[in-house]
This record gives sequence, C-alpha cells and structure tokens, in this order.
Amino acid sequence: MTTSNTSAVDYNFDVVRQFTVMTVIWGIFGTLVGVLIAAQLIWPALNFDTPWLTYSRLRPLHTNVVIFAFGTSALFATSYYVVQRTCQTRLFGGKLVAFTFWGWQAVIVAAVITLPLGYTSSKEYAEMEWPIDILLAVVWISYAIVFFGTLVKRKVSHIYVANWFFGAFILVIMVLHIGNSMAIPISAMKSYSIYSGAIDAMMQWWYGHNAVGFLLTAGFLGMMYYFVPKQAERPVYSYRLSIVHFWALISLYIWAGPHHLHYTALPDWVQTVGMTMSIVLFLPSWGGMINGIMTLSGAWHKLRTDPILRFLIVSLSFYGMSTFEGPMMAIKSVNALSHYTDWTIGHVHSGALGWVAMISIGAMYHLIPILFNQGRMYSIRMINVHFWLHTSGVILYIVAMWISGVMQGLMWRAVNTDGTLTYSFVESLTASYPFYFIRFIGGVLVVSGFILMGYNMLKTIYAKDGSLQPVEET
Amino acid sequence: MSSFWNIWIWVLTLGSLVGCFLLLRWCLNDHTGVKEGESMGHSFDGIEELNNPLPKWWSTFFLCTIVWAFGYLSLYGLGGWGGLLGWKSSNQGILSLAESKAKTVASLAEGSAFLVQYDREMAQADAKYGPIFAAYAARSIEDLATDEQALKVGQRIFIQNCSQCHGSDAHGTTGFPNLADKDWLYGGSPQAIKESIMNGRKSSGMMAWLGALGGEQGVKEVAAYVISLSGRSVDPELAKAGQGKFALCAGCHGTEGKGNIALGAPNLTDNIWLYGGSKRVIEESIRNGRAGVMPAWKDILGEEKVHLVSAYVYSLSQD
Repeated sequence: MTTSNTSAVDYNFDVVRQFTVMTVIWGIFGTLVGVLIAAQLIWPALNFDTPWLTYSRLRPLHTNVVIFAFGTSALFATSYYVVQRTCQTRLFGGKLVAFTFWGWQAVIVAAVITLPLGYTSSKEYAEMEWPIDILLAVVWISYAIVFFGTLVKRKVSHIYVANWFFGAFILVIMVLHIGNSMAIPISAMKSYSIYSGAIDAMMQWWYGHNAVGFLLTAGFLGMMYYFVPKQAERPVYSYRLSIVHFWALISLYIWAGPHHLHYTALPDWVQTVGMTMSIVLFLPSWGGMINGIMTLSGAWHKLRTDPILRFLIVSLSFYGMSTFEGPMMAIKSVNALSHYTDWTIGHVHSGALGWVAMISIGAMYHLIPILFNQGRMYSIRMINVHFWLHTSGVILYIVAMWISGVMQGLMWRAVNTDGTLTYSFVESLTASYPFYFIRFIGGVLVVSGFILMGYNMLKTIYAKDGSLQPVEET
Repeated sequence: MSSFWNIWIWVLTLGSLVGCFLLLRWCLNDHTGVKEGESMGHSFDGIEELNNPLPKWWSTFFLCTIVWAFGYLSLYGLGGWGGLLGWKSSNQGILSLAESKAKTVASLAEGSAFLVQYDREMAQADAKYGPIFAAYAARSIEDLATDEQALKVGQRIFIQNCSQCHGSDAHGTTGFPNLADKDWLYGGSPQAIKESIMNGRKSSGMMAWLGALGGEQGVKEVAAYVISLSGRSVDPELAKAGQGKFALCAGCHGTEGKGNIALGAPNLTDNIWLYGGSKRVIEESIRNGRAGVMPAWKDILGEEKVHLVSAYVYSLSQD
C-alpha cells in the first residue's frame, strides 16, 4: 500500500468536522425519539395527552431525523471527506460549502419544530411542508455543485468508485425530492400535491423506495467503498464487480417503487414491473456486499482487535440480509402476507440500524481522530462496548418484528370454517405486545450505544492535540 | 394509455434488462489489460483496486434472474399488454361498486371471470361458504337469536365490520349508539334493525337552532328544559322559559320529548345521550346541531350476512 501525501493539499475539513459532530448528535436524538414512540406503542399514556407528543406526529419526526439528520449528515461528512481525499483537491464552491452545512441544519431544525406542531404534507418520508421543501432543494442543488465541482477539478485521472455512488445518490435524490414534492401552496404552511389518486401514490413510492435505494443504499455504498478498504488496509476486491454492480444497481433500483403498492389501484402491469425489477436487483445489491467483504481477504485477523472494522463488516452482513429480504418481500404472494405488518418495520430497521447506522458509526470512529488530530479514539474499549450494545439491540429489534410481523400476517388471513375471519384486528394487536416490548429493549440498547459514542467523541475532541496515540499491534 | 407511452415503457423496461445483460457479459471477460488478480494500477488516497473476476456463482445467478424476468413479464404482461396468461388482480378502470359488479357479471358471461383473481377468489368463497349463510337466512331473526352457533358467526361479522364504530362489545361510543341497551333511535324490532343495517340510516339531522332560538339565551333555556326532562335538577326559571320554546323541538322529538323512531329523533327523557349528557354538550347539540350517518351494508355484506348480524344485534337487547 502506498500512503498518500496529504500535506500537499489544503483540504477543507471544517465542514467535515461540523457534519461529523452533528451526525453523532442527530443519531442520539433520532434514536431517542424512536425509543419514545416504541414505548408509546406499549404505554400509550406516554404522549402525556399533548398533541405534539402523539405517535402520529413523533413517528415522522423519528424517520425524518434518522434519515435526513443522522444518515444524510453522515453522507455529507463522508462524501466531502472522500471526494477530497480521492481527488487530491480541496472542495469546490467556496462559501457554498458552508451554506450546505448551515442550510441543511436549518432544514432539520425546521422539521424538528414543524412536524410535532402538526404541519405535514402527509407524504411518508417527505412530510416537510413546502417552504422547507424549497430550502431543502436549494441546499441539495448547492451540494451537487460542490460535489461535482470538486470532481471536475480533481488531480487524479480516474474517478474512484466511492464517488460514483456518492454522485448517483446526490443526483437522483435531487430529482426525486423535486419531483415528489411538487405541490400547490394554499397558505404559508399548507400545500396540496399536484398529483392525485393512484398517480400520487406511484410518485410517492417512486420517491420513497428510491430514498431507500439512492440515499440509504447507494450513498452508504460510497461510504463503504472508502472506509472498508481504508480501515482494513487492503485493496478493493474487484474493480470489474464494482462496475457491473454499480450500473445494474442504479438502473434497476429506480423501477422498484411499485412493490410498495401491490394489490392496490395501481395497474397490474406496473406492479408486475416493480416486482420483476426488485428481484433482478437482488444480485447487483449483493455485488457491493461481496466486494466489501472480499476486500477483507487476508485481513480477517484484524476483526479480533479492531472494533471499527467489526462495525463495518457486520454492517455489510446486515446489508446482505436486508437486500435478500427486500426482493423476497417484493414478490406479490409474499407481500400479500408481509404488507402492512411489522415485518416491514423489521426489514426497514435491519437496513437502517444494521446497515446504514453501523457503516456510519464505523466511518465516524475512523474519521473523528483524523479530523481532530488524534491517533485514535479516546477509548477503544468503549467502541467495543458500543459494538455489542448496537448489535444485540438490532438483533432483538428485527427478530421481534419478524415474529410479530409474520404472526400478524397469519392472524389477519386466518378464517373459520364459515369463512369469517378468525381474529379481529385488536386481537392481533394484543398478541403483538410482547414483541413491542422486546423491540423497545432493543431500541434502548441502541440509544445507549449512541450516547456512549457521543461521550467517546467529546473526550476525543477535547483531548490534548496528538495526546491519543494509536495502539501498536503486537 | 396511448401507444406512445406503451412503447416508451417497453423500450425502457426491456432496455434496462438487456443493458444489464450486456454489461454483465462484457465484464465476464477481462478487458482491463491488467493481469487477473493484480492491481488496476490507480491509487486513490492509498486505496488500490484489484482486477479480480466476477464470482461465478454470482454472475450465473444474476443471469438467471434476467432470464426469469423476461419469462415473468411475458406471462404477466407489460405496458398495455396483458401477458400470455391474461391474468388480472381485479377488474380495472372501475369507478364505482356498481360498475365493478356489472363488469364481474359481464366477464362471467364471457367465461373469463377466472382470469380475474379477485372475482375468482370471491366465487370460490361464495361456493364454499354460501350454503352456510343461505341456511341461516332461511330462518327468522328471532329464531337465530337463540341459536348459539348462529350468534357466534354473527358476532364475528360484527367484530370485523361494525366494531370500528360501535365497539367490540357493541356498547357504542360518543356519536355511535349503544346497541346493547333497549333504547333504539330507529326501532328495535328485528325488521327495524335489519332495515338499519341493510340500507343504512341518514337522519334528516338535528338542525342548528342558535338563530331560531334567538341566540345564546334561548339555547341555554331550551337546554335547561331538556335536562329537566330526565329528572335532573335545573334552574327552574330557565327551564320554564325553555319549555315555551320547546314547541319548536316537538315536531321531531314529540311534545313530551319522547322522540320518534320514524325520524330517528332520540328520546330526551331517558337520560341516554348519544353525544353526551352534560350541560355543555347538550347546549352544543342545540346550538350547532348534529348529523349522524349509518352506512348501508347490503352491497358490502350482502343480505344473508346482514340477516345474521341483525340476529346478533337483536340478541344483545333480549334478556
């Protein structure tokens, strides 16, 4: 391995530092809200009879904060870091760079205030009302200018694979957000979508599923392609595999939305295409996992001592699991059982907590010491504890949701000999309570891990410059 | 959809799949000019990439899914073409329940109903369970109300269709009548209950009386009188004034306030309150009026099941 000479380039790490710190803070906040609403499903009194603490308002707050505040801040931080390091050049855009940070935080703070107040466009994962949507679009276009501008002025001949994924993520999210959020305002904080009926639903899930595909998958694959080889100190396994799986992934993912609308008013052929593409998508998705895990060839022993690498590799296992589960759930007959049950929630969290959060956490632990002039994090032991807290939390969460989801699906379709349904909805809800409790415990473990991470980060930032030396391998 | 858009869909869908296939084929062979297993020769911040071949199991599996995709799309259709199987999940282009039923009858006549999954499953269910409900429908509601097995089935239908408003125990909630007491807005005979479920009830509505009563004072007076009807103590002055104005209400609720089941006007003397019996709520009812709707179930459940639910509901108020 060659080590690059970084001192020659004056990188802009200020914005990376800002986004990194905010990633951890929003991670704690977003998962805390998640645990609160998980608890409300068991103890409804926890909304304290206040409208702004009801499940209906906090659930969008939870999803928006974890996706756009935590996840996207992590993507901002890592894409800005990676694009500079792999292009050997400072970020393009001058003051625009700082604008993307402050603008993005403004979007999030606006969401954190308006969602609990009940302002919502009622489109899932796109609940923010039109003034915030416009700000979001402006910030996102600025992000694209900064990122692609930096690619243009790169000092190396090729564009590294991580940047392909970051680039696809930035472009497609821009198109999706602007396309889906088209609305006619009727007052300062209320608007109506320009789409109606089945078309509105189709637009919404074209957006919704590709927020998963391009933000939560492609974006984080970009992160993976830098931090896994970097942390493992090994070359990427297969260049050719990265070409096939990149182009196949982005060309197929964009079709997958209709699998959220099986057996609805959507035309049959649209559902058929959505299911077909979702299944063909399975192998291209796994291409990323194979490339990441095989990169570790010859370095497996590092997993014994390096909890950061452990985060990265386990995240890839969860990625592989949920990208197998997704195409399977997209099959119409499987979907007939799984749709509207907790199985979907389990699937989402195996992707969100297993893949997205773990790869981000690993990347942040790699980044924080570098950004704050230290040789390592304040405590490696704490990273290890965080790893086990997080992993056991995620497993409790998804296993509980699998069981309760499949159980709900079976209860809803059970019929008596006279053709009437065996169970009422309330009975399936009562049966789910034990699993809601297990999910809550899992969530508490995840939040504890995040809080530990916050403490570890603070101790690293406030340690004397260079006082934390890397541990020598013996 | 116009043929332009159909062609658009065909080109994009098949183009994506063919594109994936060509890309895969191209990358199966080594075009990099670098020996397999060696570094591509570029380094990004110290990261190199190896020229390893695609895992064989992976590329074979990928190829299989692409082949499967063409097969599946030919069977189930794409962009305006119904596919070789001609399968449909339900009748499409439907704007109302009536249209849906007409289309089902039409496709049955054509002998193609079994291509429509919804129709097929409904027909199967009707064939299997229809006789059970037909047998119940042949018996009177009074008779069924004493048959434990019939009531069980009726209760299940109730739980799945009626409990959302009337509650799992049929005791109702604010705005939705309690079905387990002896107080009936539209009558509690088996026939009246069945009629309520079959065709629904849409009361002509309790009017908003604020204007006609000459403002807030009038509302307060009438409310006081109404409260006094069920024997609760009120300001006698107010109630007396209200009694004078109650003539306006008597048209529906009767001169004694005992209600009228022909109009669905509630009895005001029994201390059973659909929307709540506090002074504040009664004043609100008089001031702004009320309107409740019971939907018609004959098209959703069909008469035989309605008959059985009627028996269950009827049984709730029989001792």
